[in-house]
This record gives sequence, C-alpha cells and structure tokens, in this order.
Amino acid sequence: MTEHAASPRRGDNPAAHAPGPTTVVETMTGAQSLIRSLEAVGADTVFGIPGGAILPAYDPLMDSTKVRHILVRHEQGAGHAATGYAQATGKVGVCMATSGPGATNLVTPIADAYMDSVAMVAITGQVASKAIGTDAFQEADICGITMPITKHNFLVTDPAEIPRVIAEAFHIAATGRPGPVLVDIAKDALQATTTFRWPVEMSLPGYRPVTKPHAKQIREAARMLVSAKKPVLYVGGGVHKAGAATELRILAELTGAPVVTTLMALGVFPDSHPQHLGMPGMHGSVPAVTALQKADLLFTLGARFDDRVTGKLDSFAPYAKVVHADIDPAEIGKNRPADVPIVGDAREVLADLIVAVQAEYDAGHKSDYADWWVKLNEWKTTFPLGYEPAPGGELSPQQVIERIGQLVSPDAIYAAGVGQHQMWASQFINYEKPATWLNSGGAGTMGYAVPAAMGAKAGRPEAVVWAIDGDGCFQMTNQELVTCALNNIPIKVAIINNGSLGMVRQWQTLFYNQRYSNTVLHSGPEHDGIAAPTQGTRIPDFVLLSEAMGCVGLRCERPEDLDAVIEQAMAINDRPVVIDFIVHQDAMVWPMVAAGTSNDEILAARDVRPDFGDDLD
Amino acid sequence: MTIMSKHTLSVLVENKPGVLARIAALFSRRGFNIDSLAVGPTEHPDISRMTIVVNVEDLPLEQVTKQLNKLVNVIKIVELDQSAAIQRELVLVKVRADAETRSQVVEIVQLFRAKTVDVSPDAVTIEATGSSDKLEAMLRMLEPYGIKELVQSGLVAIGRGARSITDRSLRALDRSA
Repeated sequence: MTEHAASPRRGDNPAAHAPGPTTVVETMTGAQSLIRSLEAVGADTVFGIPGGAILPAYDPLMDSTKVRHILVRHEQGAGHAATGYAQATGKVGVCMATSGPGATNLVTPIADAYMDSVAMVAITGQVASKAIGTDAFQEADICGITMPITKHNFLVTDPAEIPRVIAEAFHIAATGRPGPVLVDIAKDALQATTTFRWPVEMSLPGYRPVTKPHAKQIREAARMLVSAKKPVLYVGGGVHKAGAATELRILAELTGAPVVTTLMALGVFPDSHPQHLGMPGMHGSVPAVTALQKADLLFTLGARFDDRVTGKLDSFAPYAKVVHADIDPAEIGKNRPADVPIVGDAREVLADLIVAVQAEYDAGHKSDYADWWVKLNEWKTTFPLGYEPAPGGELSPQQVIERIGQLVSPDAIYAAGVGQHQMWASQFINYEKPATWLNSGGAGTMGYAVPAAMGAKAGRPEAVVWAIDGDGCFQMTNQELVTCALNNIPIKVAIINNGSLGMVRQWQTLFYNQRYSNTVLHSGPEHDGIAAPTQGTRIPDFVLLSEAMGCVGLRCERPEDLDAVIEQAMAINDRPVVIDFIVHQDAMVWPMVAAGTSNDEILAARDVRPDFGDDLD
Repeated sequence: MTIMSKHTLSVLVENKPGVLARIAALFSRRGFNIDSLAVGPTEHPDISRMTIVVNVEDLPLEQVTKQLNKLVNVIKIVELDQSAAIQRELVLVKVRADAETRSQVVEIVQLFRAKTVDVSPDAVTIEATGSSDKLEAMLRMLEPYGIKELVQSGLVAIGRGARSITDRSLRALDRSA
C-alpha cells in the first residue's frame, strides 16, 4: 500500500490518496482528464478566460455539471476572484488562463496569494511541447516567471500525469502553509488521448508539513505565558487559516491575556471582545501598538513579524521574550529570534496550549495580569480610534465606512482595496467572525476589492458581500462588475472617492511638503459648485460607468443622505450596486507609525504623540 | 561584528526538470551567496545530490536551510562539518611549459600528487583533485610559469564513516513511488 510522507491537513481531498474500491480507469483526452480531475478534487468554481493554448480544456468544461466556470473580463480578475473565493469558503480557489499574456496577467494575483498564504490553483495552457523554447506565438515561461511567487509549480507535457499533478497541486495549495500552485499544461498534452485514473497516488517525497507541535515546547510556552506579567497574544492570519478561532478564544479567556489581531487576522477574535486591543502596526490602535512595545512576552500565533507590524525591527517590543508558533518553520526566527519556537498548525498548537495552561493552573501556578490590565485599560480609554469630522457639509470617509459597518448585518463579508480606505475599513468596521474581512495584506495589491468580492460572493451566494474600494483602486479592476452583472453575483461596492491616490497623498502631505505629484485623479468633490482645477471633473463618472456595466449606480455627497443611500443599496439584491461616496479629500489615516521609525514614535493623530509616562519603562 | 563563514550543504533533490533553477532562484531571491555548487546523480536514479557551499553568518544559514526545505522537490539537507567530511574539488589547468621549464612544472605536479594529462611543445595540462587549500597551494606554485587556462569544479563532499545520508530518504522515495 502507499504511504505518504506528507500528512494531510485541511481542504484536502482524501479521495486523492486513499484508493478505495471504486477506482476509475477510462480512456479520454488530456483535456477531459483535466476536467475530470478538477471534479474529483472537488473544485466547483473556476474563474477564467479561454485562449488558444487552453482551448482544448474549455470544450469538456462546457459539459461539466460539477464545475461552474465564470468568464471574467481580465485574468487578474480571475486570480483575485479565486483568492476571494478561497478566503470566504476555506476551499481552494481556482483560476484558468491561456498561455503567454493570459498567464502573465495572473502574475499579480499569484504573487498576492503567495504573500497572504491563500490556497489557490492556477491552471494555464502552454504552447505545444515541441514549440516550447522557440518563442512561439503566445509563449511565456510561466513556470519560470512564477517560480518565486508560487508554493510550487508544474509543467505538464505528458497527459498521463494530469490527474496526479492536479491532485498534488490541490494538496500542496491547501496543506501546511497554504499558497498558490500553478499547473502549466502543454496544448498537445490536452489534445492527446490518455488514460484517466482516479484515485491517484501522489509522489511528494520532499513535502512533509509539520502540523503537530512538540509537547516540550508547548509546556515551556504555557509556563512562560502563566508566569509573564505583561503578555500579549499576537495573532496573525495563520490562526484564521487553521480555523482556530474557537481555540484562540478559549485560550484568551482562560488566561485573561490581551489579544491583538493583525490585518490578516481581523475577525478571528471578536473586535467587541473586552480583551481585544485592536490591530498592531503602522496604522494600528495605540493600545495594540503600545502593548507590544511594553510587553514582557509576545505570544505569537501564526504571525510573521512583518515590517508593517514591527516598524523599525531593532526597537520593536524591546522588553519581550518571544514564543513563536507557526506552521512554516522558516518564519520562526526570520525577523525576530524566538525564545520558544513551535512548529505546528495553529489549531493543534492552541488546543495543546489550552491543556498545558490548565495543567499549570492545576499545579497551583496562577497568572496575574491585573497591573498590566490597569495600563492597557488606561490606553484603551485615553486613545480610542477616532477621526475628525470633515469640514462643513462634506462626507468624511471614516464616517461612510463606519456607517456601512453599523447598518449592514454582522455576517457580511468585506473586501477592501489597498490604501486609506483599506485602513479605515480595518479600523471602523467591527469584525466579529472569521472570514468576514478579505484584503491584500502582504502584497498591497490595488484593485483587489472588486474581483475578490466577486469571488467571495460566487463562493458564498447567501452572504452579503461589500467591496470597500478607493477611486484609484476601482479604476484598476472595475471591469469585473460586468462579470458580476452577467453571472448573478450581486455584490455591493462602496467607492470611497476622494479624487486622489489618498494614501500616497497622505505621505506627500506628511513627508514631501504637500507637493502632490501625480496623486490627483480629478474625480473628487466640487467646491462651491465649481470644479477646482485638480478635482471635480467626474471623469470617469462612476455612476454612469456602473450603470453601463449593468449595475445600479448611486451617489452620495452629503452626510444627511448617508444612511438612506446605504439602505437603498442594501435593498437591491438582483444586481450589483455601486455607490460613489464623494468624500473629504484631506482626511488622513491615524494612528500612524512612519515607515522605518520605531513603534514608540506612534502618532495618535497629526503631531500628537501619546505620553506613556516614564514609570512604564 | 558579523563573522561570515563557509558552510557545506549536501542537498538531496528529486531528479526533475527545473530543480536546479528553483534552487538557484531561491538563493538569488533571498539574497544568499553561493560560493560553489556541484550537482550530479546519486546511487538512486530518481535522486540528484547538490553540494552547495554558502558563505553566511549562522543565523542566515538557518534561513537558507529552512527556505531550501520548503522547496517541494528538496528531499533532505545535511550540513557537512568540515572535520567529519571529505571535501574535494577538481581542477584542470593549462600551464605554459617549454623544454626548459617542463621538468620543473612536472615536479610540482608530482609534489601535489596531481597528473599531467596532456603535453604540447609549449604547455602542459594538469588534472588535480583535493581540498580547496591544496589546490590553491598548487596553483600558487604554478602561477610563475604562466597559467594559460583554468577550469575548476564545484566542491563535492561526503561524510566520513559508515553512515549514509541517503538511506532514509531513499526509503521514503521508494514508498511514495
């Protein structure tokens, strides 16, 4: 019998490596074998665009009753839709494109999925195997191109390999630290006659993700957590991906330790929970950032000490010992040395920790964080998240986002683009459940919101899905609203339209003497009914643009209309809705730790540096 | 102060197209420096063995091995301690040598237990294997005569004693094949 070095984790298809009594052996084309393999691994939705080299695969795809293909308008949209689908459903997202430019258009979403560890399989057509290397029409070495941005990739020229490669691709994408896998299939392999066999035996002798943590390390971590005076549970996206929200909550409530959730982990611990300090990092809350700086123990779970969290690394959390649990051993000690390294799946780690901490308590060791909570509560009370109202009669972007979060059901899924609106959406919407917040955290891909929202809604049609987008981001990928309109994927899009590339403009305001080089997009608010030279042209007119794409287009310019417009959008469920919120141009994201500076230099608002007193050190 | 030091890694990889490219790309992407790299078949047809010499501090070395281990085609990585391993390089060198100097050059060759593999009226070609230090010493001796051409292999290394680093990996491969 076959025994595999790689242990299955989640999103894994047992049929792929547990030969049962119903073994299928049939003669068919490589293309049919591909579609049958996709059906067999449980792929139910594929986002893609056909073209020359992948064309053979699209013929049997037309007949599949199990795989729904959604025809997007740009391959980038297919890729982000696959990641949105994956994050909202917990399954592997799938996108498909042809060779050459079709494949290279997937590069950005693949890189995005790699940075955010999203389980995705990208299938691309390749020119016929004999033409590979000849600079044939629409040839690109997509395996070479995506080598540094995929967890693994395959070039298939032998049709007999198709079922095994598809099984392996889905297994690799979903297990261990999830990530994108690309499968590039030569056109002649799709056209040739071959034998489809299922189940297949995988051959991955070098792939053995460790999921079960070391008992000794767990005991040591529990001992440190119990004896610490100022611990913080520093929680990252790995906890969400492991499906460990319940275990996290149990551990947090068992110990009473404060929790911070990174941008990738929002929703994995309820924002409303009294032990939640908010998000750490460049635009994190003052209590979260400060707690890490003053902590004596960082209890790190599925987080990777990203520079946007740590600020200047050598002054990050200077007093803290570090427990670092991650499924990827290479993350441990990469940026910050760990006193107690734990390699394992966050869910198993947390489950074992709960037992180990309870054992510490049973042995009479009690944790006492009372003094710590006095400080934490002081910071929470003194430095809550907030914003200044916009000047006379204008909409403030934070208010728009906050009201959406308040009016829309708490089960709604939000997908954000990248920039100011993303940070405000992370700050002013309360995330109470996992998988309700999708964004491009690591790569920072502008244009992520609309296609990711589309993917989420396609995967979870019953959910309300809002894209919180900026006017800059929206102009990069809005074409996928056509896909949404044609395929009954009724998402809502809130364009936070400040007429500029707001986050870049904010940096120009703060660091480049208000010289606004190339950040004005000309579609912002009018002043006194007259378009200022740099704004108010309404080019493009987002309402007309959305209507042209088969959506309902709405506009909101005054605070007094805000609730009514949001409610109007909520009432429409047969088509996508786009709201053009014309907001105050000069709003800024606060708090902020300027890039490259220490987290001790956090500014709660412009020129406002919190005074933590000297007694704290 | 950062102290750079040389480390010899033996890396067992699946013998599949593109594996060398994956490893080379990983080193360049993560900013690791390769001093030398040698790759060839092993006793098992499905496994190739790479010997990589890296010049890094200790902490980045851990990153090198961890990142290499993440490559799906990498089966096993062993760091070979210099004192517990045999390390060899091969050099072929063409040295200017006429009737007057030839015997001196040949004497050097014999001193280093190298071989003269080709002779022409004004040059000899020498084949030598050994540790980096030995080859360096030999080349220093030959330099005054005039080195016309030099080609050197990457370092290959194997641990001393009866134990083999491939045993367990081969069993794993046989199981999954």
